Amino acid sequence: MTETLHPLLEIRGLRKQFGTVEVLKGVDLALNKREVVSIIGSSGSGKTTLLRCVNLLEEFQGGDIVLDGETIGYRISKGRRYRIRDRDLSRQRSMTGMVFQSFNLFPHLTAAGNVMLGLRKVRRLGRDEARAIAEAWLGRVGLAQRGDHYPSQLSGGQQQRVAIARALAMDPKLVLLDEVTSALDPELVQEVLNTVKSIADDGATLLIVTHEMRFARDVSNRVVFMEQGQIVEDGPPAEIFGNPRSQRLAEFLRNTRT
Amino acid sequence: MQVFLDQVWTARWPLWDGFLLTIEIAAAAIACGTVLGCIVGIQLVFAPTLVRFPFRVYVDVMRGTPLLVLILAAFYIPSVAGLNLSATQAGILALTLFAGAHIGELLRGSLQAIPPGQAEAARSIGLTFPQMLAYVLLPQALRSALPPWINTGVELIKGSSLLSMIGVGELLLKTQEVIGRTFMTIEFYVFAGCLYLITNILLDQVGKTVERYAGGRS
Ligand SMILES: Nc1ncnc2c1ncn2[C@@H]1O[C@H](COP(=O)(O)OP(=O)(O)OP(=O)(O)O)[C@@H](O)[C@H]1O
Ligand SMILES: [Mg+2]
Repeated sequence: MTETLHPLLEIRGLRKQFGTVEVLKGVDLALNKREVVSIIGSSGSGKTTLLRCVNLLEEFQGGDIVLDGETIGYRISKGRRYRIRDRDLSRQRSMTGMVFQSFNLFPHLTAAGNVMLGLRKVRRLGRDEARAIAEAWLGRVGLAQRGDHYPSQLSGGQQQRVAIARALAMDPKLVLLDEVTSALDPELVQEVLNTVKSIADDGATLLIVTHEMRFARDVSNRVVFMEQGQIVEDGPPAEIFGNPRSQRLAEFLRNTRT
Repeated sequence: MQVFLDQVWTARWPLWDGFLLTIEIAAAAIACGTVLGCIVGIQLVFAPTLVRFPFRVYVDVMRGTPLLVLILAAFYIPSVAGLNLSATQAGILALTLFAGAHIGELLRGSLQAIPPGQAEAARSIGLTFPQMLAYVLLPQALRSALPPWINTGVELIKGSSLLSMIGVGELLLKTQEVIGRTFMTIEFYVFAGCLYLITNILLDQVGKTVERYAGGRS
């Protein structure tokens, strides 16, 4: 099969600027299937922007993102890059799931409705099948009894778990998680981290941005350290946390350790 | 009083016809105006600057022009252009353009009030732009636009009385005809005023009920 020949996600020379400010300055990153990679780095280093580029929520000015062998977001014609059309962007976006810091559940839909929307409209499943999948995923994140609740009736931790179910139910090749516990009260953090951990254990491919160093160490196969729009170090967690090679990572770890 | 009630009874059918026409005109204008307003509101938020500009001009012109001027314009301009509209059609056209601008503007406001994370979450699961509008943004925007939308309906019912100026036989014109026959000026104006008031209060109540029902879910 082809999947042994190439990584699931390959980012090559990714450049992104907001106006004149270059936020990603040539990022290279590859992820194999079933790999769990955490991105750490100080605020403003470009972690969120990187995930948003992979989910095609941002345009980028240079480099390629290849997902499962398909170059996403752009096509080249006569030597020039063109953003592809909306329909194709949508299809490519559905191949990656994204979980946001601020949950972003749809407030006018129930928990089950949130999970079902993409199943019905993007994967075009029938109502019964979509509902069955949604209920299975809500059960999977420990919310079997909450399918009929509206987001406003759920705690932050429960909302974030619905958001995880919503992303995973689409059966994405890759799941992006951007500081999924940062907006939560401290006592709700663990339930969400446990959910992510169990999804990782089930073999999902995850690209995680987190400030929870202990979690990054526990859950990841690899940890990536970003600084000022570049990847500075990339290695197994034991090495990154135990034996940082660069001055900047050592400093970052000193400052974040409590 | 007895004499007045007798006169009301005598004039019940013309008054009833006028009342019905008022409701019909307002209903037609709110229906067409809502469709128009949805298009306008969406363009104001999402269209590129060049496409957005004419919509912006339309909205500002409509909102800056007195309704009576709009009605007279809709009555006289099409006939100059060779288009033959009845007075009622011209009236509905004017009220539709008026409602479309107001609804467009309030939809723009409620669309822009939705946190950007909603659109991002919608795109992220792979919804196309029209799907995102239909299933994520519009349901939320329309809900928050509901109270001012009902208010636009009230404005249309009141504004439809201006159509008497171009000879549309709605409630006010019928009332004036009855007054011309009976000379009971104050009584019948008060009577017509009460009909407008009751209708608008009822409409308001319907709006509040719907709002409570819809609001309970979010
Ligand atoms: N929409 C935007 N417009 C302009 N500049 C932006 C925008 N979004 C992000 N930036 C800038 O890009 C840089 C990287 O931001 P990004 O959000 O990716 O950082 P981050 O690593 O996720 O930080 P944090 O840990 O605080 O979430 C920052 O300097 C930020 O100010
Ligand atoms: Mg961030």
